[in-house]
Amino acid sequence: MAEITVNSAEKKSPAFNLRRKPRLGETIIQGLLFFSGFFSIFTTLGIVYELGKESLLFFQMPEVDILSTITTTEWKPHIGKFGIWPLLNATLMTTTIAMAIAIPLGMSVAVFLSEYASPRVRSTLKPILEVLAGIPTIVYGYFALTFMTPILREIFGKDVVQIYNTGSAGLVMGILILPLISSMTEDALSAVPRSLREAAYGMGATKLEVALQIVVPAALSGIAAAIIVGISRAIGETMIVAVAAGAGPNFTFSPFVGAETITGHIVRISGGDLSYDSIDYNSIFALGLFLFFITLVLNIISQAIVRRFREVYE
Amino acid sequence: MKEKFIVEEFSDNLNTRNRRGAVWHVVFQASTIVGILALITLILNVVNSTFGYIAYEARVDPDTLAADGMPLEAQSKDQLVSLLQTELSSGAFNKLENEKPFAERTREEVFQLVVERIVRPDIVEVWDLWISLTQEDEIRATVARDFPNAELDFVSWLTTDFVTRPQTSEPLSTGVRTAILGSLWTIFFTILLAFPIGVGAAIYLEEYASDNWLNRIIQTNINNLAGVPSIVYGILGLAIFVRALEPLTSGKLFGIENLTSENGRTVLSAGLTLGLLVLPIIIINAQEAIRAVPRSLRNASYGVGATKWQTVWSHVLPNALPGILTGTILAVSRAIGESAPLIVVGASTAISFDPESPFSKFTTLPIQIYQWTSRPQEEFKSLAAASILVLLILLLSLNASAVLLRNRFSRRF
Repeated sequence: MAEITVNSAEKKSPAFNLRRKPRLGETIIQGLLFFSGFFSIFTTLGIVYELGKESLLFFQMPEVDILSTITTTEWKPHIGKFGIWPLLNATLMTTTIAMAIAIPLGMSVAVFLSEYASPRVRSTLKPILEVLAGIPTIVYGYFALTFMTPILREIFGKDVVQIYNTGSAGLVMGILILPLISSMTEDALSAVPRSLREAAYGMGATKLEVALQIVVPAALSGIAAAIIVGISRAIGETMIVAVAAGAGPNFTFSPFVGAETITGHIVRISGGDLSYDSIDYNSIFALGLFLFFITLVLNIISQAIVRRFREVYE
Repeated sequence: MKEKFIVEEFSDNLNTRNRRGAVWHVVFQASTIVGILALITLILNVVNSTFGYIAYEARVDPDTLAADGMPLEAQSKDQLVSLLQTELSSGAFNKLENEKPFAERTREEVFQLVVERIVRPDIVEVWDLWISLTQEDEIRATVARDFPNAELDFVSWLTTDFVTRPQTSEPLSTGVRTAILGSLWTIFFTILLAFPIGVGAAIYLEEYASDNWLNRIIQTNINNLAGVPSIVYGILGLAIFVRALEPLTSGKLFGIENLTSENGRTVLSAGLTLGLLVLPIIIINAQEAIRAVPRSLRNASYGVGATKWQTVWSHVLPNALPGILTGTILAVSRAIGESAPLIVVGASTAISFDPESPFSKFTTLPIQIYQWTSRPQEEFKSLAAASILVLLILLLSLNASAVLLRNRFSRRF
């Protein structure tokens, strides 16, 4: 592609051709753009390499062996006990409580917005829920500690519910994840074509039957993906549990006592003065790598579900 | 005959089904209301702690500080300075003089110092807004009974002074200026890293990349990075920016010897860490904006002989820009609210001086909120609530500007 004005000399010349000329500027720019695109690969490699390297150092320390890490239930770095279960258990508890709130509420909200609400109601309610999703998580942490915990203590008794507990952290985390699940589910529900609904109405189905027996099954892959993304978000959530769930690993199944999650532990350990190559320093890398792989696997599963089971309508 | 038989047997159960439909309708509606109530409760809870009565006792009675028959409030700057000189130890006075010479301080600042260092009001009790409004008489009775020397005042913890004062250890005279400036410095480096690379990556993926295995890996990788927990980025930042690139992030490479921040836990490290965190979000948002530019525009540009980059630069980017900026603003507001990675990177707990260079130690607004929330005393909860309001107002105005930008400049094709 040459210049627009073709002069007469070129016209006559038999050497004039329309093949692409090498342009140095274009090549440089393309190279820079490729570098930008490739940059995120470095981030992933950085995560895997740095976290892997330090985790390896962690497991090479004399106090640590992998077998007792995954089988024992005490995490006490100062006496050399590194059983992952107290931390993992607290993470699973807050996640379970959060999902017990977020899945039913989030899906109900999505069905309401997509199937029941008038366009006007939907256009008012959706931005409000988006605001909920945009509030920083530290604010939710404050909410858990100063609002949810006092309420739990009022209901169940002050001697039952400790000031720091996984229950209030989990409940508030549920509120945090609700808009995430509801907006992803609503997208999936809205993608189901009108004709399916109209066919069901034509058969005499009620609105509820259309929603639950036609639209929801048709959008199931999107809903499953939303739930998995929600779980992955709950596992990685940090500030709520750091503020409200308690400091100190604790292997317990009671939601009313304090227990430290994986993320909460990382925050507390790195909040102090952390010296390089200490066992604490290496342990947060091992925990971080563990978190990275859990959430990575969950995200890949969610993407695979969408790709594999998506119903395509023309 | 057979047909009639079927009609008699068939029951549409319509009443039951309609009733079930109505019940579930209420359930769905109630869930939505619960979600919105949660938002309202959250905000009311913050507002509730931001205002209210406090009872405080002065450790030194201000009346005893009257000079020449003038009460403390009416004294001139010189009188206040000499008061400081007599009441404080000479070491403490010289330290104040070194921080900022008294000649340069305004009367207000000196008065503030006198209150802080000599009168030293000490909070004995804090009430939230709801109790302050409904049980005022009881509060007055309690104060009169339990703290006869205390003064009772209705305060707003969120004031212009609160926003402009640096952080101190005294709840009544502390502020969030240090934290706000820290947030701004951090965000500056976040944008510096993430915006050009993010937009560049989006252009590459949308305009240049052919559908081969490498580009598919890049795209999948970006989608996965968007789902990585923020704390993992903090650990990455600790390993790379704070530790491995310490000479760069602490400023040693540039010959800047700063004893307070020689370990690389600086504004620069924090900003770059958050930059990595928001990069995938910016790329995904920018890709969407670029994809929305219609094919015909590019074809028209190619048709008059423009090169690929000329087409991208003069036609695709200008049309995608409002969308790209909106997406970037949303990503930046995510970064402003982020605290977990910064704690791991090493935000400082208590610093009272403003960050002045990329190599300063830092604290940010969310970190400040975290620290005040973690303190057991009620007055720090109120300080946390006031700073949450500052943070929410900041985020709200950012989001509002994103929406305005979208509505003002977005073009439909």
